[in-house]
Amino acid sequence: MDELDRAIVNGLHGGFPVCERPFAEAAASLGTDEATLIERINRLLEGGVLTRFGPLFDAEALGGAFTLCALAVPGAEVERVAAIVNGFPEVAHHYERAHRYNLWFVLATETRGAIPATIARIEAATGYPVLDLPRLDEYFVELKLPA
Amino acid sequence: MTDALDLAIVRVSQAGLPLVPRPYHALASSLGVAPKEVMARLAAMLADGRIRRIGAVPNHYALGYTANGMSVWDIDDAAIGELGPRVGALPFVTHCYRRPRRPPEWPYNLFAMAHGRARAEVEEKVGRIAALVGGTCRAHEVLYSTRVLKKTGLRFGS
Repeated sequence: MDELDRAIVNGLHGGFPVCERPFAEAAASLGTDEATLIERINRLLEGGVLTRFGPLFDAEALGGAFTLCALAVPGAEVERVAAIVNGFPEVAHHYERAHRYNLWFVLATETRGAIPATIARIEAATGYPVLDLPRLDEYFVELKLPA
Repeated sequence: MTDALDLAIVRVSQAGLPLVPRPYHALASSLGVAPKEVMARLAAMLADGRIRRIGAVPNHYALGYTANGMSVWDIDDAAIGELGPRVGALPFVTHCYRRPRRPPEWPYNLFAMAHGRARAEVEEKVGRIAALVGGTCRAHEVLYSTRVLKKTGLRFGS
């Protein structure tokens, strides 16, 4: 990563413009040009520095729902169960953590009613009970780490 | 509030914007609607919070933030309403939520995420949370992530 890559990761965390030529507009504020910015974003995506470039939607604000779930799975079963969980399109993020509850994933569904049904399908498919930990209150969300 | 066109826009852009000079025009042509309509819908969703932001979604591991600690706290129910916002306001806490306890397996009701380039950095941050919550906290743990298994973001309509 060079200076421009860092400027892209830090400077385009949000605020990407909604206009006819947004890359050209964003490039100007980063001191580069449209073609270079597009090529750099492509490279950052291919290299895995960025996981996505675009809008971050809020499932709940769109009329859907999300929740945090955990599974306690024996070590020898982790790969198999993780693959089953990842196969559900409702699973938006999934992390392995060092704990008895070792698989942690976020479900995002298009309707509120779909959460319990999705959890039931995951329990049936994996054979493990899901710990369902929906958000009751949100105190702060702003994940911005400098590159 | 969210209609069929809004949801169609979510579906074509949730995996990312087309990396072309006119990305919103490309979305519009795939949906068969006018570009200015797509831009108006996106602007409206940004304004009312249905879109949190538009931009780069980094992989924190690739940026060197390999220590990702989800700290979980068993906070007195009478105190969490006052303490939760104070924990969330700490500059290094990136996500902070109140969630239900699930006794006996899960006694924790406050989640605060702290990232660092090394575990010592996360431990120092967790120590500052511990000092803030003091005696209202009966127990806490830090769950370090060992692997990202999936990070696609939401996928409606798939």
